[in-house]
Amino acid sequence: MKHLLVLGAGTAGTMAVAKLRPRLPASEWRITVVDRDDEHHYQPGYLFVPFGVYDRADVVRPRSRYLPEGVDLVLGEIAAIDPEGRAVTLADGTVLAYDELIVATGTSPRPDQTPGMLGDAWRRSVHEFYTLPGAEALRDALAGFDGGRLVAHVSELPVKCPVAPLEFLFLADAHFRDRGVRDRVELVYVTPLDGAFTTPAAAERLAGLLAARGIAVETDFVVERIDADAQALVSYDERAVPFDLLVTVPVNMGADAIAECGLGDELQHVSVDPGTLQSRRYPNVFALGDANDAPTSKAGSAVHLALASFVENFVQHARGLPMTHAYDGRVNCFVETGGGKALLLDFDYATQPSPGRYPLSAVGPFSGLEETTMNHVGKMMFKWAYWHLLLRGRDLPIPSGAPRSDAEPRLEGAAS
Amino acid sequence: MLATIAGRPVHVNDEGFLTEFDEWDEGVAAALAADIGIQLDEERLTVLRFVRRDYQERGTTPTLRRVSASGGFDTKRLFALFPKKPAKKMAYVAGVPKPVGCV
Repeated sequence: MKHLLVLGAGTAGTMAVAKLRPRLPASEWRITVVDRDDEHHYQPGYLFVPFGVYDRADVVRPRSRYLPEGVDLVLGEIAAIDPEGRAVTLADGTVLAYDELIVATGTSPRPDQTPGMLGDAWRRSVHEFYTLPGAEALRDALAGFDGGRLVAHVSELPVKCPVAPLEFLFLADAHFRDRGVRDRVELVYVTPLDGAFTTPAAAERLAGLLAARGIAVETDFVVERIDADAQALVSYDERAVPFDLLVTVPVNMGADAIAECGLGDELQHVSVDPGTLQSRRYPNVFALGDANDAPTSKAGSAVHLALASFVENFVQHARGLPMTHAYDGRVNCFVETGGGKALLLDFDYATQPSPGRYPLSAVGPFSGLEETTMNHVGKMMFKWAYWHLLLRGRDLPIPSGAPRSDAEPRLEGAAS
Repeated sequence: MLATIAGRPVHVNDEGFLTEFDEWDEGVAAALAADIGIQLDEERLTVLRFVRRDYQERGTTPTLRRVSASGGFDTKRLFALFPKKPAKKMAYVAGVPKPVGCV
C-alpha cells in the first residue's frame, strides 16, 4: 500500500484530494491530509468582513466536512519535512512516512517581517484583512472612522489575491459615500509596483478606476519600517507616507517548515516546475496553490485551473509513467469595484489580462475589464460555488444565472 | 531589435533590456548604467555579477529580496546604488530580463 500525504486542507489540498481520491485505487493508495485545525476559511470572503457584508459564519466551516470518503484527516502542527527520508514530523512527535507528498500549506501574512508593524498600533491604527481576526478588527475600526487619511498598502509581492487591496479601496470609497463622510476621508494606495497593478492593460484600467474615485497612488514604495510615533510608512529610500488608519498587506510567506527542509525560496514558497508543479529537487514532492513559486497569481482560481492538468499528471506519475500535461498559469478573478459592480481579469503565464468574456468568449455573461453588475453577481455567487462545488472537486457549471440557495441569503442585498 | 551600445551591436527589446545574455560585458554595462544616470563602479559590478549568476542558475531575474537575502547585499544600500527602482535598474544594467511582478 502506498501513501500519499497532503500537507494542508485549505482550498488547494481539499480540491486536490477530492479530485485524486476517485482516480487512485483504494487498494493501492492511502491518502492522508494534515492540517493544524478543523476550520476551513473561505479566504476571498475576508474582503467583505470589514464592510459587514460577511461575518465569521459565512467564511468558516469544518474542514472535515469537505474531505471525501477514503481520506484521513490528521490534526497537528507540521514541525519538520524530511524530503530525503520521505517523512513529515508533527509537533506532537507523530511521524508520517510517505511515498508521494503534496505541499498545500499556502502562504500567510507575516507582519513580524516589517519593523514597527506589530507595535502598539497593531489592530488599533495598523490593520490587515488577510486573517479573519484582522478583518473583524478592521470592521470595528472602519465603523469608528469618520474622517482622516486611510492608506491601503502592499508590503511586497507576491501576495495572495493581489487585487484585494484595490478592491478594499473601491469598497471603502463606496462605504464612506454611503455614510456621507467621503469628503472627509483621504484615500491613498501605496504599492511597491510602478503602477496600480502588474500587467499594463489591467494597470491602466485599474488606475482609471482609482483616479475616478479620487484615490491617490504612491508607486515604487518598498516599505522598510513603520514609524509608530509619526504614524507613517517609511520606505528604503526615505520617503514617508503618513496615515491615520493603515490597511496593510504584510509580507506573505510560506510555512516555516519549507524553509528548514530546503524545498523553498527566500519567501519559503516551494520551487516547482511551472507546468507540472513538481518540486525542482524532489520528484516525489509537488506543491499546489499559494505554497508554490509558480509565476502566476496566488489565488484559489489558480489551483482550481491547475488541477485539471495536475490530476492527470499525478495519475501518470503514480503509475510510473512520464507526465504529459502542463498547467498554463491561467487565473481569473472578479475584481469588486464598489457600488454593486465588478470587473473580470483573466490571464495566464503568457497572456496579459484582456477584455474577453468568461466562460465563453463573446457569449458572456461576464465581461473582462469592464465594470458590470453581472460580474459582481458572479463574485458573490462564487462563495456558493466554492462551498458546494469547488471543494468537492466538481467543476463550475457554465453560469446561466445566479444559483440560489439557503447558503446565500445576502446575495440580492449585496448586489443591489 | 538591434541597438549600438558601447560601440557594438546588441539585441534589445522595446524597453531597451538586453535579450541576449551573452552579449553583455562590462563595457555594455557601463553604457547602460550611464543611460539611466548611474556611474558604474566595482561595488555595483559586484551586485550585477550576482544578478547575472543567479539568473543563469535559476532562469529568472532575482527579486530585490533575493538579491538581499541570497546575494547578501543590504536593501538600503541597493536603493542608494540603484535609486528609486533597484530591481528594474539592476536587471537593466546586468543585461537580464525585466523582473516580472507576479500577477
